[in-house]
Amino acid sequence: MSQSPSSTIGIVGGTGLASQASPTEGQSSSFGAQSLPHHQPGYSLQPKVDAAGEVSSELLEIAMGPHHPSTHGVFRMDVVLDGERVVKLKPVFGYLHRNHEKIAENTSYLASMPYTDRLDYLCSMTNNWAYALAVEKLAGLKPTERAEYIRVITAELTRLLNHTCLIGFLVQDMGAMGTPLMYAFREREKILDLFESLSGARMMCNYMRFGGCRVDLPPGWLDQARAVVAGYPQFLDEFEALLSENEILLARSQGVGVLSRELAINASITGPMLRASGVNYDIRKVDKYGIYDRFDFRIPLGEHGDVFDRYMIRILEMRESIKILTQALKDIPEGPIVDPKAKLRGFRPKAGEAYGRIEAGKGELGFYLISDGSPNPYRYRVRPPSLINLTILEDMCLGTTIGDVMVILGSVDIVLGEVDR
Amino acid sequence: MLGTGIIKGMVETARNFVGSYTDEARLTTSEYPEEKLSPKENARTFPFLVFDTTDSAAGLRCVACQICEKECPPKCIYIEKSKTKKPDYTGKPQLFPAVFDIDISVCMSCQICVEVCPFDAIKMDQAFELSTSDRFGGLLLHKEDLAKPNDYYISIHPSEAREVDERLAAEKVKAEAKAKAEAAGSASEPKPAIAPTTKPAPAQPQTGASATPAPATT
Repeated sequence: MSQSPSSTIGIVGGTGLASQASPTEGQSSSFGAQSLPHHQPGYSLQPKVDAAGEVSSELLEIAMGPHHPSTHGVFRMDVVLDGERVVKLKPVFGYLHRNHEKIAENTSYLASMPYTDRLDYLCSMTNNWAYALAVEKLAGLKPTERAEYIRVITAELTRLLNHTCLIGFLVQDMGAMGTPLMYAFREREKILDLFESLSGARMMCNYMRFGGCRVDLPPGWLDQARAVVAGYPQFLDEFEALLSENEILLARSQGVGVLSRELAINASITGPMLRASGVNYDIRKVDKYGIYDRFDFRIPLGEHGDVFDRYMIRILEMRESIKILTQALKDIPEGPIVDPKAKLRGFRPKAGEAYGRIEAGKGELGFYLISDGSPNPYRYRVRPPSLINLTILEDMCLGTTIGDVMVILGSVDIVLGEVDR
Repeated sequence: MLGTGIIKGMVETARNFVGSYTDEARLTTSEYPEEKLSPKENARTFPFLVFDTTDSAAGLRCVACQICEKECPPKCIYIEKSKTKKPDYTGKPQLFPAVFDIDISVCMSCQICVEVCPFDAIKMDQAFELSTSDRFGGLLLHKEDLAKPNDYYISIHPSEAREVDERLAAEKVKAEAKAKAEAAGSASEPKPAIAPTTKPAPAQPQTGASATPAPATT
């Protein structure tokens, strides 16, 4: 039922492209370019040659995307195929480049906030938080107690909707047309309704401000949120009954796209992908930003680092998120919503630099800012988890079939707004 | 046994399918053009300009200070100041926008113009059926298209509008008290001040009407 990872890697050496270097064993366990001939610049792919020196088959180079329905946006993979096996895969991005960083360097700090919504356009609340955190570090602002709770609540709701949608997209890529994705979107809708009544917009929330949040919770919002959170475990149970034991899903995901622990660490993979490979690293626990040290929750870890582990990690993380949400919705205090020292206009942090990072749904989302004391940042840099998690796509896909490439890409969880910025 | 997982999943699908006939929670769709959900109170689409009284030109709260134009992240607002002045809701003469354009094909509905406006003159609308066949002029809204009465604002954002009205009424009372004190002071002084010329008497009845907005009708 499941492919063994070692056999998938062995194929790389047998494709005939290794005329420069001898095939090595266990290539995926080391990230060094010396053991991976396809990483050397200027190499050429030769047709496959059999023992007698005759050309036995030809390699086929195709461009998957940028308008391929499974690439989650405008993303292209230049794939070289030997039959159905992938021998080379080059991700090509930049189709959705919007000059986000340069625009931010030419406007005020506040005016960049709505642009951060459009990075990972499924999870605007966590994007807002990461940016607000960086600016607060830069300017020395402290969010109020109530604002901290609201941030945790909105961020965990965002994690729920991100993971729910991702699982929907992932099984859609495996060929489960419609049904699981529609169930996922039905639940997402409830969270989007909460966001709309809180911030005014469903996806582009633009809700966080430096030193707090923009508006206070509308009356009755907490009760609605509690109802949504209370109903979520039942949905997760149903979702798992629908998917987790499905033999087709198991066959398509177990042992596919294995990412080794070492490679994940070396390539600075973060988020559920890293934890699926068995590395215990969650910024909510490591940094304890915000008020995450007050909540009781655990970090689920995978063992194999395959697509199934990445699927399962997300289900388990959602269950932990529900725990955090239940505690936060119980403990949220009354009080002011924004730091009185914070200014909306004429905001000029002192010269300095700051890096604020949070555990977004997709991994470590960081904003690096340098201020020279003027109203706009001197340097503004985003560390997008989607882009960095995408860098090891080729290592996971080599030797697998073209059909599995879609599944592996789906399990990486990318949003092109964040990859290209 | 191979296949039990798929059968379990099928049971779940069947539960949702049958449930969609009996359970509201499993059938969450609404038939949009026929059946419209009422928007959330905080929902926002594009900005509009608030005016008091019934005259959209005279009652416009905007004083063309151009703060929103400066703070707008995608720079979709264009303002030209007027050459003359008109009295605002407290009777104080203020500039007004001769031109106020918002290109809503550029606007990203971020609400920053509303947050920075010190005069409560620009607010977020909830109208969303804005499609037009005119791709050049149809999405460039002028002052006349943007001006909407305060009653409309009260009807779409009731609790927010109530706060704004209370604040403006309090400011008006304060301004009137100050004007009265100044008038009394200048009357007792033998030397006439320049101030009375900038406070025209006809402005008073008009501002009286503007500061007491009609209650919500819708």
